[in-house]
Amino acid sequence: MDGTTFVRKEILAAQSPPTSEIGIGGWARENLFGSVFNSVMTVLSATAVVLFLAESLPWILQSSWTANSLSECRERISDRYGEGVHGACWSVIRERYLQMLFGFYPSELYWRPILTFVLLLGALSPVLFPSIPRILLVFSAVYPFVGYWLLWGGSIWGPFSIVAGFAIGIFAGQHVKYRIAMIAVLILSVYLCFRISGYLQTAAPVGIEPIESAQMGGFLLSVTIGTTGIVLSLPIGILLALGRTSDLLIVKAICVGFIEFIRGVPLITLLFVASTLLNLFMPPGTNFDLILRVVIMVTLFASAYMAEVIRGGLAALPRGQYEAADALGLDYWKSIRLVILPQALKISIPGIVSTFIGLFKDTTLVSIIGLLDPLGLSTSIRADSDWNGIVWELYGFVALMFFIFCFAMSRYSMYLERKLEISNH
Amino acid sequence: MKRLYLLAAAAALGLSTGGAGAATLDDVMAKGHLQCGVNTGLVGFAAPDENGVWEGFDVAYCRALAAAIFGDPMAVKFTPVTGKTRFTALASGEIDVLSRNTTWTFSRDVDLKQTFVGINYYDGQGFMAKKSLGVGSATELNGASVCIQTGTTTELNLADYFRSNGMEYDPIPIETNAEAKELFFADACDVYTTDRSGLAATRASHEDPDSLVVLPEIISKEPLGPLVSHGDDQWADIARWVLNALISAEELGVTADNAMEMAAGTNNPEINRMLGSEGNFGEMIGLSADWAVHAIMARGNYAEIFERNIGVNTPIGLERGANAIWSDGGLVYSPPFR
Repeated sequence: MDGTTFVRKEILAAQSPPTSEIGIGGWARENLFGSVFNSVMTVLSATAVVLFLAESLPWILQSSWTANSLSECRERISDRYGEGVHGACWSVIRERYLQMLFGFYPSELYWRPILTFVLLLGALSPVLFPSIPRILLVFSAVYPFVGYWLLWGGSIWGPFSIVAGFAIGIFAGQHVKYRIAMIAVLILSVYLCFRISGYLQTAAPVGIEPIESAQMGGFLLSVTIGTTGIVLSLPIGILLALGRTSDLLIVKAICVGFIEFIRGVPLITLLFVASTLLNLFMPPGTNFDLILRVVIMVTLFASAYMAEVIRGGLAALPRGQYEAADALGLDYWKSIRLVILPQALKISIPGIVSTFIGLFKDTTLVSIIGLLDPLGLSTSIRADSDWNGIVWELYGFVALMFFIFCFAMSRYSMYLERKLEISNH
Repeated sequence: MKRLYLLAAAAALGLSTGGAGAATLDDVMAKGHLQCGVNTGLVGFAAPDENGVWEGFDVAYCRALAAAIFGDPMAVKFTPVTGKTRFTALASGEIDVLSRNTTWTFSRDVDLKQTFVGINYYDGQGFMAKKSLGVGSATELNGASVCIQTGTTTELNLADYFRSNGMEYDPIPIETNAEAKELFFADACDVYTTDRSGLAATRASHEDPDSLVVLPEIISKEPLGPLVSHGDDQWADIARWVLNALISAEELGVTADNAMEMAAGTNNPEINRMLGSEGNFGEMIGLSADWAVHAIMARGNYAEIFERNIGVNTPIGLERGANAIWSDGGLVYSPPFR
């Protein structure tokens, strides 16, 4: 046998891929028309999108931004685009967008909610992004008091004294040996500081104009209720989940009872309890703020769901992780903090963020008990005889605003998952 | 619905034992403002404008009441309440007076322990249909699909009406008025039923109001009026006589413009007694002598309030009809100031 078998000695130069596989054509071939079923679906979807846009775009674009009432809108649109054309009346958004954002907050004080919101982003950033210097966490801890004071106004001494009480309590607590004593010192110092705040106010009155809850509305209300609920429900939910998986009988019974009760009751019912029942139980004359009552109920509701999401994460951890933490000689709180929770929370991220998004959207239910959130306000705006009959424009605006918030939360959760995925390898 | 009703009843009961006898007027004076429950938004009756200032037919009454007490129509804060929260808000003392197009019924008055202080609008349930349907009377509606708000008295009235006339109908239940409008305009139902004032407002918001027709039948009585809690008769008297003052003012020709002038004294002793230049009615009711002058100057007399908010020259365009003053053939009537 002579060498009839051909063996290539040198490697061929790489060629560019065939034109059918690159560029837009190639991408479309692969992704849109990969198979017969694929092609059919693509054509159907494209038709649906085109039909939708053909119907909605003229409505969105052939609109009026400057009219002062719905009838004026209709006149202008038919003058400009011809008789019988249906266009959006965006004028209502132009006239009322500040009301949709801030409710009846005094317009000269709009800087306060805006500043609160900007500071909120600042306070959240060290929590959300680990690359931000850790020292800023101090600001995050103080922020709830700053935010409360900015939104509701009034004397600075109340929130200030509580922060001071915490600071003194933590400082003094470090010199105490037992945990129980530490907590006692903390509570005592907060209480004492709160008691003297009244005297401070009479001695040196410092404050900004107080705002009543009734003046808040629109997205200010949604964001306030939503953020407070979100921020508070996570730690409470963690504690409830730990309590439910605990071996301590009474703790476990309380946690199970709480979670199952709250999950067995619709949020609407809890809101009705907050708005109507609670103030009947209290002595006549007490004025327990409605928004505060709603925030408490929403927080309790979200905490119960959060607890179950986190319990799912705890259950998904292999038993070996718990045993490994025990074998290292860590006590309960250390093993939870250092070994269990970091892993359990990571598993639970999608569920946690879903709960957050659900909670934020559920804040619109407060319109049923007469609080003027964006949906409640849209009813009020429609009740103005100038804008009576406007529906799609207002709901569209509300939907857009909610989409921005919820989409941001959803993207953040994906970022966090990717990041933790990488850091795990 | 039933559960909420029981809840409200229990609430009212609890309060009537706890809070009875408290002088609401003193509390209101101490607060420095009146707290008034209004609709979260009903065209012509209550709505906030772009600056957040509430105006409307029901709101004007609250302003008059605040003016009678404080001399200032702006000394009133508004709590928007829904159909479900309104009675507990009143029973728990969260609001001092409820002025929210509320129908005066036996059970609300007696069982829920409230005091209706009068009637400021005589409404009734009606039907609206597209002209193209070719229906001229509600008796021709056999087999029609009807858009109806759930959980309201209108739902029950509708069932009663069709049953007593031996007709069938197909109810399309909806939650809010806005939803009903969209469905009705989009031909999802043949007729839309609610109070006639609401029908007029809905019709006015349509692009072509003439294509809609309100059928002549009125199938229920809906006397709307302000109300206060049981247990404080002085407060109920104040609320009642402020409303009566507005109505009497129309009858006697006292308006927002001439009230101050007439308060100096006129030839008509009833005007003099009402406006305080004769007698001591202010002292009897626990207010200043010129309480009625302030109430009338707040937003005008009954006719002025009606015309500004819901009358024929507004987009809602309601005729006075049954709501004309009694001397013009209507039902609106005030006991005398004597």
